[in-house]
Amino acid sequence: MFSFNLVQDLYNMWQFGFMRNAFFAGTVIAIVAGIVGYFVVIRKLSFAAHALSHAGFAGAAGAVLFGLNPLFGLLAFTGIGGLTMGVLGKKANNRDVQTGTVLAFMLGLGVLFISLYKGYANETYSLLFGEILGISKSATFITLIAAIVVVAIILIIFRKLLFASLDEDVAEAKGLRVALIGIVFMLLLAITTSIAIQVVGVLLIFALLVTPAAIAQRVTKTPLSALVVAVVISVSATWIGLFVAFYQPYPVSFMIISIVFIEYLLSYLYTKSKLA
Amino acid sequence: MNQTIINAINLKVQYGNNIIWEDASFKVEKGEFTAILGPNGAGKSTLFRALIGLIPLVNGELTILGKNPKEARSMIGYVPQRKDISAQGSLLARELIKLGFNGNKWGFSLRDKEVNSRVDEVLELVDATDLSRKSIGQLSGGELQRIFLAQALIGDPQILLLDEPLANLDLKREAELVGLITNLAHKKSISVLLIAHDLNPLSSYVDRVVYIANKHFVSGDMDQVLNAKTLSRLYNSQIEVLKDSRGRRIIVGIGGDDHHV
Repeated sequence: MFSFNLVQDLYNMWQFGFMRNAFFAGTVIAIVAGIVGYFVVIRKLSFAAHALSHAGFAGAAGAVLFGLNPLFGLLAFTGIGGLTMGVLGKKANNRDVQTGTVLAFMLGLGVLFISLYKGYANETYSLLFGEILGISKSATFITLIAAIVVVAIILIIFRKLLFASLDEDVAEAKGLRVALIGIVFMLLLAITTSIAIQVVGVLLIFALLVTPAAIAQRVTKTPLSALVVAVVISVSATWIGLFVAFYQPYPVSFMIISIVFIEYLLSYLYTKSKLA
Repeated sequence: MNQTIINAINLKVQYGNNIIWEDASFKVEKGEFTAILGPNGAGKSTLFRALIGLIPLVNGELTILGKNPKEARSMIGYVPQRKDISAQGSLLARELIKLGFNGNKWGFSLRDKEVNSRVDEVLELVDATDLSRKSIGQLSGGELQRIFLAQALIGDPQILLLDEPLANLDLKREAELVGLITNLAHKKSISVLLIAHDLNPLSSYVDRVVYIANKHFVSGDMDQVLNAKTLSRLYNSQIEVLKDSRGRRIIVGIGGDDHHV
């Protein structure tokens, strides 16, 4: 229970190895999701992110069925999905019905794998809605490596990616390989989706990957400030979610989506009032 | 002395089996103002993409500043029609201009004094210093065009390709923007190619007209191109060019749709 002494509460929580693990992994994931999310929003790829996370469900369920680490299944399926969507490019984003159909099939495949596994319904639940509290040491390690790779690549291609995302035609005219940049980004998005599913699950992927960045984009005026705000929102929501979940039976993903949902409403009202 | 900036000889572009245009030849000299005219879908924007080397030529020879189009890219300032830029609503105008300067570089920069002073310079050139700290979503059509122009100018181009910059502007803004563009081009000896629906706001500045229709080009000065005989041959149907009391031209297809130029 809360003691209403914040320092004491934090100290108690910190005694548990699984909480330290969850905080570490959750923070790493939230940082990457905030950064990648900004580009998802300005590239208008939120539907693609949603679709990728569904593909991830099938991959993770398949991995569970074969006794593998679900994270590998996630990475494999989102990677293939991301590559396909990246190669098809813009045409894919305009094909809502096709993407949606593939997405539904992936979810169905996941259901099949889960039922064949005959394991805990628990596994399904944590894939769909996230279960960061139970993250293993090995998953934490893979998450860290994946996060470092994603952030490093984004830092290397930052200005090109920004140019290609905000002003594609001019970027192309300046000789940027916008199609290649699109493919690379879809792969980065696939990796980010895979690790974020561990925190918020397949169905709540927007909570970390889209909404914080969408808020940031609304309330800031430069790409750098948008990135900082997106990361601050996703990290703080994750921390609050973890803290509350330690003392109360509220799922972490519920807390995160609730916090960012309220912030989104506020940012919406804020920009409306500024325009009025 | 004249210096040929763009030399296009017998160009042909096609998508699949669909020929966009062929036998397209024209020249642009240094500092010239060229209006690109023609009906919707004639391939005017396609010409720009070919000039930047984004579309392969099936046939013909295209030299820009003595180089092939891809090599000449850095000498070209391109302002496409941007339909969905307003979706980036809160982004500052100057952030968009910055990308024109360093958007093709690797890596990351937190604070770059050089780019900031270059942005201030080009904003002054287009008379938009006051727009620097405004968000893109707050700008009017004419203000946006000035920001786009600033972005194109930041690379110090010798050629400007402007795709319908006058679309959606009222007559006053139209005249202001044309005045600004021609002034700049004159000051910096930039050759300007401008796609337009209506020649009349440009007519006192235009050195050359490239008219694209019916998969072919005609080019020359206004009188050479905008006459009944030339346009009738291009459209392969009877065309008349009427002039009003102020010298403005109206192109009329006899038995067809009226088309203003």
